[in-house]
Amino acid sequence: MNRNGGKRSERWLGGAAILAVLVFWQAVAAFVVRDSFILPSPVDVAVSFVSLLENGSLPMDFATSILHFAIGLGAALLIGIPVGIVMGWNRRIDALLDPVIEILRPIPPLAWIPFAIVWFGLTNASAGFVIFVGSVFPVLINTYTGFRSVPRIFVEAGKMLGCIKDRDLIRYIAFPSALPSVAAGIRIATGVGWMCLVAAELFGVSKFGLGQKLWFFYNLHQMDAVVVYMILLGLIGLGFDMVFRYWIERQFLKWRMGEVA
Amino acid sequence: MGDLVIRDLCQGFRRDDGSILTAIEHLDLVIHEEELVCVLGPSGCGKTTLLRMIAGLDTATCGEIELDGEQITGPNPKIGIVFQEYSLFPWRTVIDNVAFGLEMRGIPREERTRTAGHFLELVGLAQFRGSYPSELSGGMRQRVAVARALALDPVVLLMDEPFGALDAQTRNMLQHELLMIWEKTRKTIVFITHSVDEAVFLADRIIVLTPRPGRVCETISIDMPRPRDRTGAGFAKFRRYVLDLINQPKCESPDKV
Repeated sequence: MNRNGGKRSERWLGGAAILAVLVFWQAVAAFVVRDSFILPSPVDVAVSFVSLLENGSLPMDFATSILHFAIGLGAALLIGIPVGIVMGWNRRIDALLDPVIEILRPIPPLAWIPFAIVWFGLTNASAGFVIFVGSVFPVLINTYTGFRSVPRIFVEAGKMLGCIKDRDLIRYIAFPSALPSVAAGIRIATGVGWMCLVAAELFGVSKFGLGQKLWFFYNLHQMDAVVVYMILLGLIGLGFDMVFRYWIERQFLKWRMGEVA
Repeated sequence: MGDLVIRDLCQGFRRDDGSILTAIEHLDLVIHEEELVCVLGPSGCGKTTLLRMIAGLDTATCGEIELDGEQITGPNPKIGIVFQEYSLFPWRTVIDNVAFGLEMRGIPREERTRTAGHFLELVGLAQFRGSYPSELSGGMRQRVAVARALALDPVVLLMDEPFGALDAQTRNMLQHELLMIWEKTRKTIVFITHSVDEAVFLADRIIVLTPRPGRVCETISIDMPRPRDRTGAGFAKFRRYVLDLINQPKCESPDKV
């Protein structure tokens, strides 16, 4: 991962590599495999993309997937952050909840799909639930870790300056101190949640959706369209991550530089 | 305002194996208002413990501490502290750090920024109001910490080896500035240090503690006019006296060290 974008000449290298992969892929698809069901070529994919733009439902798919994703990630933040805060702040609650969470956490999010259907039916909420299960733990664990590692000196300095009540200490001292860790958790959750999206839309919760359409075109054996949706899923995921990383760096770099002990 | 009376103070910590480590034992001490007192002692003699109890951050196992006749039971806005470690909030700018206590007190933004700006000027850092602590040198950070403690207008200022981590030159400069600030603001200052030189330069009185368990061994009044010349004969006399004192049996622990 090249965080700083690298030098200009180095960025050209990356572009050249992508181009080389495309050429190689085209060559293999056109001259070796010669079957667009097994391996659609980049040209097939491009043609398919244009026709999907004209006749397809890309905007609706995009909107529906964002809706599922927002439900899941939103619920993960709404539950993961407060639970992480109370567990990180209060040792008793930590001891109480930790075993439960440690048992639930390793269950793969996709294993929850049957219960997502039983509990929520074939609804947007059902897809959101699967994404929620995938993204809540990174948010929770990182919030917890951030709160556990608030330096004692900050809390004591706060107390000496009249910040005494637990609520104020959390709001003015612990939360800002833990924020970089919380943000890192949200970033991880975004990635995991996005990965759960395709599976969350696989069982027919909606007529649209990037994941839903991927399965739809697979059933029609239109593998070129499948590749279009794969690439879109990848690019949108990348976009989320880039926006998030940019935001985190802008927000925290200025005060994390040369870390204060 | 700013009279501290410490009576029969003790403090012990429970070790992991269950035994009790006595940090301070039957310590009596009176600090008068507007006095600058340095508490001197070897590491582990309970200097920091003493300061934390005056601050109300730790509770004594016996004895009591009174500020102007009122017993100290917890952190108190009349008492400000500057820690040895860097304690500025890294997510706040310099000015917002200094204004933090005023913000907690519910003072409107405009007024608290004005007050905080005044104290930043006092420590000579007005032009760094918008910087983040990570952008400042160690000496500057401790200056901001002093401004932050003073902004709440406490009657007592506690300082726990605040210049201990700084290089000698910066340290001398900050000692000098502290005296100027003290003369302007007239706080009672309790300054912890293990440096004899620092104590003789700053103090009205030096309180020498015994090694653990800490107790007052001797109190020395430094009746030298300020500014004091670190290389002068009078300065050297006091230094030698204090250094000798530290090595005397009476300032060593009665029971095992």
